[in-house]
Amino acid sequence: MTKTCDRQDAQRDAQRDAQDVSCDAQRQKERRAFLKQLGIISGVAIGAGYAALAPPSWPLSLRDPDGERGKPRPKVHHLPAGGYALKDIGTAPLGIAHGKNIDALVRGAIDGIGGIKRYVTSDDVVVIKPNVAFDRPAVLGTTTNPEVLAALIRLVKEAGAKEIRVTDNPIESPESCFERSGIRTAALKAGARIILPSPADFELLATPGATHIGTWPFFWRPFVGATKVIGVAPVKDHNLCRASMTTKNWYGLLGGRRNQFHQDIHGIISDLALMLRPTFVLLDGSRVLFRSGPTGGNLSDVRAGNTIVASTDSLAADAFGWDELLGRKGEQLPGYFQQAAARKLGNPTWQEARVKRVRLG
Amino acid sequence: MRDKPSFFQKSSDGSPWFVRAGRITHWRVISQAFFFGLFIFLLWTTWFSRLGGYPVSLFLELDPLVAIATALSTHTLYRWLWRAIWVLALTLLLGRVFCGWICPLGTLQQFTSWLFNIRKNNARFDANRYRPIFRLKTIILVVLLVLAAFGMLQIGLLDPICLLTRSIVTAAQPAMDSALPSSLSWLSSAPGAPEQRVFDGAWFTGGLLVTILGLTLLIPRFFCRVLCPLGALLGVLSRFSLWRIERDVTQCTDCDLCLRACEGASDPHDALRKSECFVCFNCIDDCPESALTFARAPLPIKDQIEGSLRQGTATLFGKKVLSKRPETEIKGPDLPRRRWVLAGALGVMAFPFIRLSNAVTKRGYNKKAIRPPGSVQESEFLKRCIKCEQCINVCPTNVLQPATFKQAGIEGLWTPTMNFRVGFCQYNCTLCSEVCPTGAIQKTSLERKLGRGEYKKEGPIRLGTAFYDRGRCLPWAMETPCVVCEEVCPVSPKAIGGVTETITRHDGKTVTLKKPVIRPELCIGCGICERECPVTDEPAVYVTAVGESRDKERSLLLTSHKKRGERP
Repeated sequence: MTKTCDRQDAQRDAQRDAQDVSCDAQRQKERRAFLKQLGIISGVAIGAGYAALAPPSWPLSLRDPDGERGKPRPKVHHLPAGGYALKDIGTAPLGIAHGKNIDALVRGAIDGIGGIKRYVTSDDVVVIKPNVAFDRPAVLGTTTNPEVLAALIRLVKEAGAKEIRVTDNPIESPESCFERSGIRTAALKAGARIILPSPADFELLATPGATHIGTWPFFWRPFVGATKVIGVAPVKDHNLCRASMTTKNWYGLLGGRRNQFHQDIHGIISDLALMLRPTFVLLDGSRVLFRSGPTGGNLSDVRAGNTIVASTDSLAADAFGWDELLGRKGEQLPGYFQQAAARKLGNPTWQEARVKRVRLG
Repeated sequence: MRDKPSFFQKSSDGSPWFVRAGRITHWRVISQAFFFGLFIFLLWTTWFSRLGGYPVSLFLELDPLVAIATALSTHTLYRWLWRAIWVLALTLLLGRVFCGWICPLGTLQQFTSWLFNIRKNNARFDANRYRPIFRLKTIILVVLLVLAAFGMLQIGLLDPICLLTRSIVTAAQPAMDSALPSSLSWLSSAPGAPEQRVFDGAWFTGGLLVTILGLTLLIPRFFCRVLCPLGALLGVLSRFSLWRIERDVTQCTDCDLCLRACEGASDPHDALRKSECFVCFNCIDDCPESALTFARAPLPIKDQIEGSLRQGTATLFGKKVLSKRPETEIKGPDLPRRRWVLAGALGVMAFPFIRLSNAVTKRGYNKKAIRPPGSVQESEFLKRCIKCEQCINVCPTNVLQPATFKQAGIEGLWTPTMNFRVGFCQYNCTLCSEVCPTGAIQKTSLERKLGRGEYKKEGPIRLGTAFYDRGRCLPWAMETPCVVCEEVCPVSPKAIGGVTETITRHDGKTVTLKKPVIRPELCIGCGICERECPVTDEPAVYVTAVGESRDKERSLLLTSHKKRGERP
């Protein structure tokens, strides 16, 4: 009897032991799971607490007590100090060529300021900025003459430039402006690349010392890696600033609220001269839009100018255009000439400068 | 482990792999992909630098509903609309092949279903059974055609080609553009546009497409089966088609597997609903007994019975017929005769309700309902515009916007109007008139738009007239120089002149101001002045529709063109 009971007890004990073991294992598992979860929760809480409360200067901190830190801080770009102008010019700042053969005129004018090889070398990435502001055929004189542009591109190419970019941010829709003005075909045929603006191409540009455009959205993409900049602008009457030539031409490199510029147009053009110091400019006087500018639209608003001016001083070139191409000699120069001259950005009294003037076929 | 079956192994019936791979449903998928790609490509090429003589509005011109409805409303067929004959002929021959093989909206829905709409067991079959709600599309079709006959074209609201074109142009394309990085900007729908294009009500047109695609999760091809007026039209026509899905009842085991992927819910397991069938061939693919074929439709059974049922002399195949035999197909849409009448009556009633809501009458027109150059007079315009937004797609300045209820009422919803705060009508541009498939914007030469050459006497097309708000204009109200408006005015001589005054400002400084004025006889209403005005929220110079040259009732000056060409 006892024997049997003993056996039964032993069995029961063994069972209980086994149960205890399994209960212990169970408890241990539960404890581990609990501790693990606790660890994760505290980790998250501590991490979140750090990100939220750590001083802003600490790494990975998100703390922004007054809302200032969260504001976007767009990157501000700078053009090279001193612009794209050559340091020592040493030649006549103004080359003027009269005649009919566009190729010869462009070459003649640039030869007047020392020849293209002086300005462009084989490593250069050259940005050429024509005026393509409006969707108009070239004969209406509102945009740069495509033949002049093509001749310029060929010369720059001849000097060995690595890459030539032609760019503008027109008033009307860019594609149709480039197409109808003939600029697109001319530029592509002569071997340049065209860069049209797209929304992501604009970056803030700092122009230290500018009155209005201290930082302003600038058509930046063409200037990435650029080493030389050449402006080539037509001679146009302008309803507000009276004359739109090589200095006003830089307007087409800006984006943003350009329509505010007219509240101080002379101040703005003087700022433009400060913003972009080109390698040299071409004043395309093959045609002259002498009234109804800057849009024109009528052949009777245009006359032949038969002149190309190359200059390292856009104010001198523009003053020449004012006197001899627009035929407004004797009238007071528009305000931006004096304002830009006061900043020593050029010399509107072009007669004082050394001028090389040639007459070609 | 079984070997993975090779793609190239023989089928179970012993035929080589290419028989299996070359199944007709595969060709259908290829056709759907091709036409969808073509559709997207043509919309993408609808842009200044990509136009190269492509028929960019091809799908709209192939659409028989567009052709028939505009023929009803205008009694003419514009330019390329005869192309709808192709789809008509195809339908009369083979049934709704357009719906199953070509229609891009159908393809998009089928694709959405294929990707997201996974069903199990009986739900697979039940989703594709015919439901009475499917007759709604026929009622919609009748209402729209009755309205069109009255001269009110509303098919564009629901026509699948118009709807998809509109949704892609105003919502999907700009959304894609905004996601493109600068290096891929050539791929955008509007390369060379310095600003992201925006469209009024894009949330609505885009949301509508998303809703339509979402509804396919409830009922596969919801739009096609329930709403599509083009599908309804092709359904009515397909009763005449010579071929159809033919079920061999001696082979059929009534397993209903043919319903598994039936796109049209056309009951291939029973009497075929010919007007619902998209000819997608899925049923033939799915039939395990090969009981289904695409074949010349036999004569209806009632025509095969000889003799008379009533007199008891009826025989079929030489055997006596005692009662009516079920037909093997239901030809027309499932709409009782009185419902056709009801649908017609709905259309007749809708016309005055909509038209007399005063959005398009002489006095009720909205000052901001400014139409693109070349547009016909407003009531004619509403007979033609199918709200497809191709003009809006091609517009290089983004000035063209889908009208909201506010500008054009319910009747003119999504028709193109100009918003000069967004863009302006480019002087030397007539692209919108090139792409319009229905002539709401007539094909217009530059000479005609600008009033040159043989159109000199007629004068330029005027979209409206500009006005100054002198209380907001910087020179007039704030002693601040400006006149951007004059600078950009494209006509020569300029339609904006002014008086130059030198004044002493409140702070004692002397300023020279040019205070602008409009010369209404020269203004063409292009709106570039409004676009460039620095007072951007409510421009100090703005264009309204009065003075537009397409309607004498809306002219402004007694002698509009007399002074043209004269120098002040």
